[in-house]
Parts: sequence; structure tokens; C-alpha cells
Amino acid sequence: MSLDLVVNVLLGGLLTGLVYGLMALGLSVIYGVVRIVNFAHGELMALAMYCTVVAFAALKVDPLWMVFPVAAGFFGVGYLLQRALINPFIDRPEHSQFMLLLAVALILVNGLLMAFGPDARNVQVDYALDSYQIGPVLVDKVRVVCALVALAACALLWAVFRFTSFGKAIRACADNLLGARVVGLDVAHLYGLTFGLGCACVGVAGTLLTLLVDVTPASGPAYTLLAFIIVIIGGLGSMPGALAGGVLIGMSEAAAGIAFSPSAKSMVSFALLIVVLAFKPQGLFARR
Amino acid sequence: MNDLLAPFLQAPRRSRNALLVLLALLLLAPVVLDRYLLSLAILVLYFAFVGQAWNLMMGLCGQLSLGHALYVGLGAYTAAALYQHFGLTPWLGMLAAVAVCVAVASVIGWLAFRFGIAGTYFALLTIAFAEFTRIGFDHFAWVGGSGGFFLKVVQQEAADWLNLRGHPRMFYYLALALAAGAFVLTTWLMHSRAGYYFRAIRDNEEAARAAGVDTFRYKMVAIQISAALTALAGVFFAFYYNNLFPEQIFNMGRSIEIILAPIIGGIGTLFGPVIGAALLTLISEVLTEVLQALGIQAPGLKQILYGVALGVCIMFMPHGIWPALARRFGWQRDDGETRS
Repeated sequence: MSLDLVVNVLLGGLLTGLVYGLMALGLSVIYGVVRIVNFAHGELMALAMYCTVVAFAALKVDPLWMVFPVAAGFFGVGYLLQRALINPFIDRPEHSQFMLLLAVALILVNGLLMAFGPDARNVQVDYALDSYQIGPVLVDKVRVVCALVALAACALLWAVFRFTSFGKAIRACADNLLGARVVGLDVAHLYGLTFGLGCACVGVAGTLLTLLVDVTPASGPAYTLLAFIIVIIGGLGSMPGALAGGVLIGMSEAAAGIAFSPSAKSMVSFALLIVVLAFKPQGLFARR
Repeated sequence: MNDLLAPFLQAPRRSRNALLVLLALLLLAPVVLDRYLLSLAILVLYFAFVGQAWNLMMGLCGQLSLGHALYVGLGAYTAAALYQHFGLTPWLGMLAAVAVCVAVASVIGWLAFRFGIAGTYFALLTIAFAEFTRIGFDHFAWVGGSGGFFLKVVQQEAADWLNLRGHPRMFYYLALALAAGAFVLTTWLMHSRAGYYFRAIRDNEEAARAAGVDTFRYKMVAIQISAALTALAGVFFAFYYNNLFPEQIFNMGRSIEIILAPIIGGIGTLFGPVIGAALLTLISEVLTEVLQALGIQAPGLKQILYGVALGVCIMFMPHGIWPALARRFGWQRDDGETRS
């Protein structure tokens, strides 16, 4: 195995990992504020991927342009989901919330199965095979573009939380819920916005990922698990943790793909999760 | 034995008689049931049994496992492999299966409870172990890898109890024995010291520890008992269905299937898993029939309706059907306590 190949593969994994990171970021943001584990996260991602595939097949919309309508649409879906379904469950025990989102996930993934069948779908863009040559290292153009868009989305999210007034209000809810209520913040509305932002993240990530991999309905639950693994490794509720966890998983998956077999790659992710839970259960980048 | 049955002997005569009538009906049922109905009854008993096993851990002790398919699969593969490769009778295979599952559960429990991993984190850890094992078994050639593992099927009317080969009637009685056994065990546990400790941990772990309960030890006991029972379910599964695929048996969908019955029936109650299993099997069969009659070919539609049922149930009957029924008809609550 040549060094060039290893570098190539790891770089590819790093770039894919940034997209994973954006997906996990959505989960982490929702958990960090609303304290709900979005068990339908990967299924929402699969939904975004199918939206992109359908738009491409029907109207030849470049997936990179789809980022905007999908983000907006998913923000709305997330907001409504939170206000209509999840808000009444805020004070319920954890397993109740789990079951509710599980029900949403079941409906979503089987809805996709009914609508599109079990076969893999993808998009064929004409720049799919372009690549950049940097010395001996060869990087796919789509991967670079996806990684950059994912980074931009993360930066945008960070800016929203940092600089806008409702971002500040959301952080207030996360830091001190009682205090936030006392000063008169509309918590139900802010939770809706947060869930919307989280869904927008996963929507964008899904749209980008259609450029890199095929989508099947069954990939929904798999992405849910992947997102969980990433946020737990990074530290649930930590934004840099989600990105770093995504990169770590992206690279370890890629490394496992060449070191063992492609089918062993998720096994490596699960092993990583078990190791992290065993030795640093609060995650590698937890704030505390 | 007397000790085990004490809660039943002390139960009010009305509920004791009702239970005895139910048991008699279940014992006689195979006489009138045809093969199809018998297979449904086996399914109900099977899900009542694994539901009860899961319920011990979640309903009594408050530890949410979403990876119980792990124990079903490990139990199934252990007994099946020992039978197929060495001709070992499944009755000894059961012991091996239980040993394997208790060992794995101890590792998971030790990893998790040592650091106080609970709730969501614990649930994810159980999923991770199940998925990890699933992929591992995909590459485990000794038991057929992803191509599946098959037990020799023998068409015979007579029941070979020693090797668990034969007519579904035999499996019916085996499933009945398992379900009844789990029912008795749960009842006994609920009235035992451990059962009170379990509920103390579930309701308020901090307070339980402050009151002197060794929470680590009792959570370990809960996960071990639950895993041991689920291992038996796995052995039953292997010899009843005769084929095992990692993709199916370790699948997360399986873990969810296991927990649907107790959740819909009523978490932490004795009858919840039984009622939930009966209701779910009934709904599922009726749905299949109706869809077939209407000529609708829709893979996934059934699952969607499952999702809707789960969502509706969790929204409007958060404690499940059994507590709602018991309150409606003024039956005594079977877990001996009132919960808001």
C-alpha cells in the first residue's frame, strides 16, 4: 500500500467527514437546546437526499443549488415538527420522547420505501469525475466543494447563534431555561426555531451527500446511528465536537475501507463509540 | 417453588381464579386451533415472553435497552451452532446461550453503569453493541456469515422434545412455558427485595443510593436477568424458524419489535407485555389480510401503520393499555403501587 494512496483516502475521508459533521451538528444543536434526542435524524437526512435526487431527475437542478430550498423547507418542517409533536413531550420521560421520534422515523423511512422502492438512487452530475492534482495527491472536486459548503453552513449556524438576537435567546434557553422563561422568552417558539435549524443542517448535509454516495430508504436508520456515534464521540451538545467527531469518523471509515473491507467500516465506527463510552463517556470535546 | 408462587397464593381469589382459567384455556387451545392460528398463538407468546424480559429491565429498573436483538441473536446462534456442529441438545445449548448473553450483558452493564451512563446514552450503547455484533456475524464464517445459518428441518408429526424438532404444537407448549415462567418470575421479582430496589432505582436513583441501595449491583442484576431470559427467546427463535441471518436477527428493527408490546401494553406492568403482544399480532395479521383482500401491494405500509399506532399510543396512552384498562374497570393495579 503506497503512501500516496493512504493520503488520498484519508483526505477523501476528511472531506466526507465534514459533511457528516454538519449532519451531526444538527443533532447536537437540537440536543444542546431542546434536550431531545432526534431519533429521526438520519431518516430526515434520507428525505433530503431523495428531494435532491427527485429534483435532479425531474428538473436537472444541480444539487448544489438544491441546498437553499432544502434548507428552507427543512427549517419549516423542523419548526412544525417541534411545535406540533415534540413540544407536548418536553416534560415526558426520556423513553417516551424516544418512542415518539421512533414512530416518526418508522413512518418516514417506510414512506420513502413506498414512494421510491428499495433500490439505490443517485445523481449524475457532469463534474462528478473532475479532480484536483496537488503534487502526488489527487482530490475529487465534488468532495472539496461539499466540504466547503458544509463548512460554510457550520459557520453560518455559528454566526446565527453568536450575532442574532434570536440566536442569543436560544442560547439563553439552553443555559438557563427557568431564567429564560422569567425574562419572558417564548420558549416553545425558540425550541421550534432550534429544531428547524437542526433540520436545516441535516437537510443541507443530505443534499451534499447525494453528490458523494447513493441513497436507499434503509440508509436512513444507518445515518441516524452514524450521527449518534459522531455526537457522542465529539460530546453531545458541543458544536466543535460534532465537526471534529464527523471528521474522525469520516477518516476512520475511509481507513477501514482500505485496511479491512468496505463492509467493515461501520464496525470501526461502532468500536470507536464503545471505546469512547468506556473511557471518556462525556465525549472527546465535551465542555465540562 | 412455594416462595415463587407465594404472590399468586396470596392474590385475591377472583384474580387467582381468572389466571387459572386463562392458563387452562391456553393449555387446551392447541386442540381447537388449526396450524395457522397455532402459529399466531406462538407468535403472541413469544413476544409476550421477550417483552416481559425487556420489561424487567426497563419497566422495573428503568434502564432503556434498544439493543435486545443482541441477546436474541447471540442466544439463537449459540444454541444453533452447538446443535448443528456438535449435535448438542438445545437444552444444554440454552445453558450455553444464557452464559454467553449474561457475559455480554455484564460487559455492557459494567461499561455503562460504572460511569453512570443512563437514559439516552445507555440506549445508544446497547444499539452500538447490537450493530457491532451484527456486522461481526456477517463475517463469522463458522456460522455461515451473511449467507445465513440453517438448521436441518425434519418433517415429523411426533415431537422430539430432546432436540426440539417437530410439530408446531410442541413449540406452542414451549412458548407457553416460557411466557408463563417469565410471568411468574416477574411477579415474584416485583414482590422481592430486589424488585423494590429496582423500582427505587427507576424512580429516583440518587435517592435509592442515598437510602443504601447498591445501585450498580442491582442494575447489573437487572440487565443480567433480562439478558438471560432473552437468550432463551433466542434459542426458541432458532429452533422454531430454523434459519438465522445476522441482517435480520440483530437488526435494530428487531429490537424495536421486542419493545413495542410492553410499551403499548404498559411498561412496568405484569400484563402489559402480554396484552401488547396479543394486540400487536392481531393488528398485524388483520392488516395483512385486509391489504391482501384489497389487493394492495405496498411494502412498508404495515410499518407505517405500526409507526402511527406507536405514535398515537405514546401520545394518548403514555402508560399503555393495561393501566388504562385497569383503571377503567377498577381492577387492582398489578404492580402494587400508584403512579400518576
